[in-house]
Amino acid sequence: MSLNQDNRTMIGINDLPVTRREAIRRTLLGMTGLMLADHLVPSVQAVTRPATAKSVIQIWMWGGPPNLDTFDPKPEAGNDYCGPLTKPIETNVSGIRICELLPELAKQADKYSILRGMTHGINGHETAAYQVQTGRKPGDGQVYPGTGAVVSFFKGYEAGYKGLIPPYIVLTELQGRFSEAGFLGSRAKPFATGGDPSQNPFVVEGVVAKGITEKRQRDRRELLDNLNTLAQVQKEDPSLQAAEKCKQQAYDLILGDAGKVFDLSQEKDAMRDQYGRTTFGQACLMARRLVEKGVPYVTINYKGWDTHKQHFQAMRRNLPILDKGMAMLLKDLSDRGLLGSTIVWWGGEFGRTPKVQWEPPWNGGRGHYGKAFCHVVAGGGFKGGRVVGATNATGEEVKERPIYPPDLISSMYELLGIDTNAKLPHPQGLDVRVMAAKAEGMETAGRLTEIM
Amino acid sequence: MIIMQISSCNKKTSWILELIVWLVVVVSVVSSAAPELRSDINHNPYEIKIELTPLNEIDRLVFAQLQKLGIEPANICSDAVFIRRAYLDVLGTLPTGKEAIAFLKDTSSGKREALIDQLLKRNEFTDYWTMKWCDVLRVKAEFPINLWPNATQAYHRWIHTAIGNNMPYDQFVRELLTANGSNFRVGSVNFYRAMQSKEPLGIAQIVALTFMGERAEKWPKERLTGMAGFFSQLNYKATQEWKEEIVYFDSSMTNKEGVVTRSAVFPDGTVVQFLPNKDPRELFSDWLISPKNPWFARNVVNRVWAWLLGRGIIHEPDDIRTDNPPSNPALLAYLEKELINAKWDLKHIYRLILTSRTYQLSSVPKSNNPAAEANFARYPLRRVEAEVLIDALNQITGTTEKYTSAVPEPFTFIPDDQRSIALPDGSITSSFLEQFGRPSRDTGLESERNNRVTADQRLHMLNSSHIQRKLEQGPKMQYLLKKTSSPREVIGGLYLMILSRPPTEKELQAVQKYSQSSGLKGREAAIDLAWALINSSEFLYRH
Repeated sequence: MSLNQDNRTMIGINDLPVTRREAIRRTLLGMTGLMLADHLVPSVQAVTRPATAKSVIQIWMWGGPPNLDTFDPKPEAGNDYCGPLTKPIETNVSGIRICELLPELAKQADKYSILRGMTHGINGHETAAYQVQTGRKPGDGQVYPGTGAVVSFFKGYEAGYKGLIPPYIVLTELQGRFSEAGFLGSRAKPFATGGDPSQNPFVVEGVVAKGITEKRQRDRRELLDNLNTLAQVQKEDPSLQAAEKCKQQAYDLILGDAGKVFDLSQEKDAMRDQYGRTTFGQACLMARRLVEKGVPYVTINYKGWDTHKQHFQAMRRNLPILDKGMAMLLKDLSDRGLLGSTIVWWGGEFGRTPKVQWEPPWNGGRGHYGKAFCHVVAGGGFKGGRVVGATNATGEEVKERPIYPPDLISSMYELLGIDTNAKLPHPQGLDVRVMAAKAEGMETAGRLTEIM
Repeated sequence: MIIMQISSCNKKTSWILELIVWLVVVVSVVSSAAPELRSDINHNPYEIKIELTPLNEIDRLVFAQLQKLGIEPANICSDAVFIRRAYLDVLGTLPTGKEAIAFLKDTSSGKREALIDQLLKRNEFTDYWTMKWCDVLRVKAEFPINLWPNATQAYHRWIHTAIGNNMPYDQFVRELLTANGSNFRVGSVNFYRAMQSKEPLGIAQIVALTFMGERAEKWPKERLTGMAGFFSQLNYKATQEWKEEIVYFDSSMTNKEGVVTRSAVFPDGTVVQFLPNKDPRELFSDWLISPKNPWFARNVVNRVWAWLLGRGIIHEPDDIRTDNPPSNPALLAYLEKELINAKWDLKHIYRLILTSRTYQLSSVPKSNNPAAEANFARYPLRRVEAEVLIDALNQITGTTEKYTSAVPEPFTFIPDDQRSIALPDGSITSSFLEQFGRPSRDTGLESERNNRVTADQRLHMLNSSHIQRKLEQGPKMQYLLKKTSSPREVIGGLYLMILSRPPTEKELQAVQKYSQSSGLKGREAAIDLAWALINSSEFLYRH
């Protein structure tokens, strides 16, 4: 892999080719600390570039993945911080090293950028998940919609999306302790597939039923129409007519071609193998099939990262699964020419304590840590092979270029062509914008212009 | 699955007995029922043609208005529609097949009124109306309100007890508004915790919405500021116990400028001064619950009307303002007067509405006048609420839902036979309840509950493994299919269990044709019939 000059110089933050404004900002930051950041960069900027991204695949690491054992290794920090994972590996971008348990992702590093400066300081799951996925602080009396609801609102049916597949899909279960739709309400809720994509067939709740033949489906449908006496008596009723339309859409998915997108057996065995025959691996393949059909937002809700105990055992078990699935997703999207229009966003609600909790009852666990963590973005207009932000020698403090949740979310919206100052429909008619204005008190250090 | 079956064993004996008793009756009803129960091919099973005469003052006021507007009201609904409607509206519960048969066979003349009286005394009334009040009073453990599980249980229990005892409505509100104490021990103090803003302005806004039906964000600013003064001496403090919080009257509380507030303004413009030893919330409560208060009775009778008849006399029921007038002012005034004369006994209002002819109108409209809905010319079709729907499916099939709370503070254990209408915590994780529009209980607005039909709800009902498993493996379904010998029995039994009525001749023929032409075995054909019935509009809607 040959690298261009640009890539190489982006590796360390101190070597960044920077604009004059950036340079001034850094100097100021260096002198007065991170607090100043939000005074320098407005959090709401008008969209200035043509949209490059059409879809988002969000790999949601529910529970909070560690930064040290994934994309921000600190082998010099010693056993208290690294535990047994002390040998990070080189990636295909020279100078970028990641955890030794992610060898496949190391081969794809030119496709993604690592955001090592993520911070919000919150250590509770719900509040952190809310902040990372809405870019808002809780407590002003509103429950804001998450990125999936916002993107599928601006890119969904109201924006001319015509697909039968709902514009916001969650593989496979809802987050549960996070209201994806917020005040946008049930019309913005995602469709959760249920089932397990690594099973054959992938039983998508409502779309694919096990053990009901197509003939029986058709016979049943006719029986229902014959017995639907109230609907026959009240043909003119608008609510029953709307319900009938919904039923037709449902059948288009059950019996029509649209539902076939969930049939993973249409993929070649070799392709399925490359993703890994795991729930996560096949969910990645499923996500690729969905964006191929134009679905604007797909969340892979990947649970199991809240590793308070037996942390390193869990990493040895889970990281190879993540590695294989996510690396293949990036490669496959790229091979198909879809990466340029698809943002892949990896991360959780926070990171984990860089200092290992060796004491009982944790016996080698990592706690919640919102002060410094990392996310990864790829595609859709984000440049690859870069690192944005840096933590200190132990990974506990953001030392350079903090990235607050609204910085990341606003950047994605910009690439998607969503105006962060556009109004959201609010049930009480309040004037609510896609992202908070500076005056609303959210910390920000500006969009990720370094990689856009 | 294992858990589900164990739990259903416990309840098994009761419904097996029930099934045996009424299956004997089913055959006779289906094959030789009285003429008014057997709907003939050309007539629908939903209405009866008798003369529409007013039964009470509500009817006189509603019918007079309809006549003035030239709107023809619908026919009277059939007995089968009435029992189903009354059960769903009063109890949030589907009648069992046995209950449906008993009512259909009853030939006494006052049976509809007698049924209402009987339903108003049942325990499900308390469960269901507690659920409705919990929507309005925002009872949920988790984000963003963060009431937490222990306090949520206490709050729910307080509301449930008050409704179970039919506490007079003025007392109910006064106790909520003037409560002091621990969130774990005095359930009602959680009223002041179940709101995102605990500043006087935010509290006043919630109180205006909840008990006056007004959206204070539409008020002139000084009116809200004036009212906020009554909540300026309210304080919160933590204790040694984890997540315990004391809500109390603190006469030394100061505002942001460091000043102690000693005066406030009622929303009608009257200014009051208060002394340091008097909790100003008491002054506000006494003003609010006075029979002379123009908001208090109006708000609640309008809400009850909307809950039972799908639409407020003032619509939306929580958007009362001078430029949103009632569709029938005399009717609203009458109900207000009745509530005050009945010493704030809300059940009296329920009874007045439920025993009216207006409530008995069929959902099949006779008029397409655009003003018909707002003037109650028919019973409006409404999709059954999420909790009621899943409870009905469980009742039909003999299955349960497994509810858990992921919050470990403390972990909430929920018994397997927990009915969904009786769930205390609005944030219990359930994809079904989410999908079918359970309110998030964030704002207390009525519109949070979404009963709109969506394509993914239809997918779930038509084709999900969740519903399919209930139909195929539900012990009550299995038992019905095993113990009944003739197809007519099975068909009649399923119709009564699911739609609370026997099939029409036309429907019987369609089912028999299906079992012959589909080539399915008896059991599978019966499951398909049950599947078709739970997917029919008649099952999915209150009608």
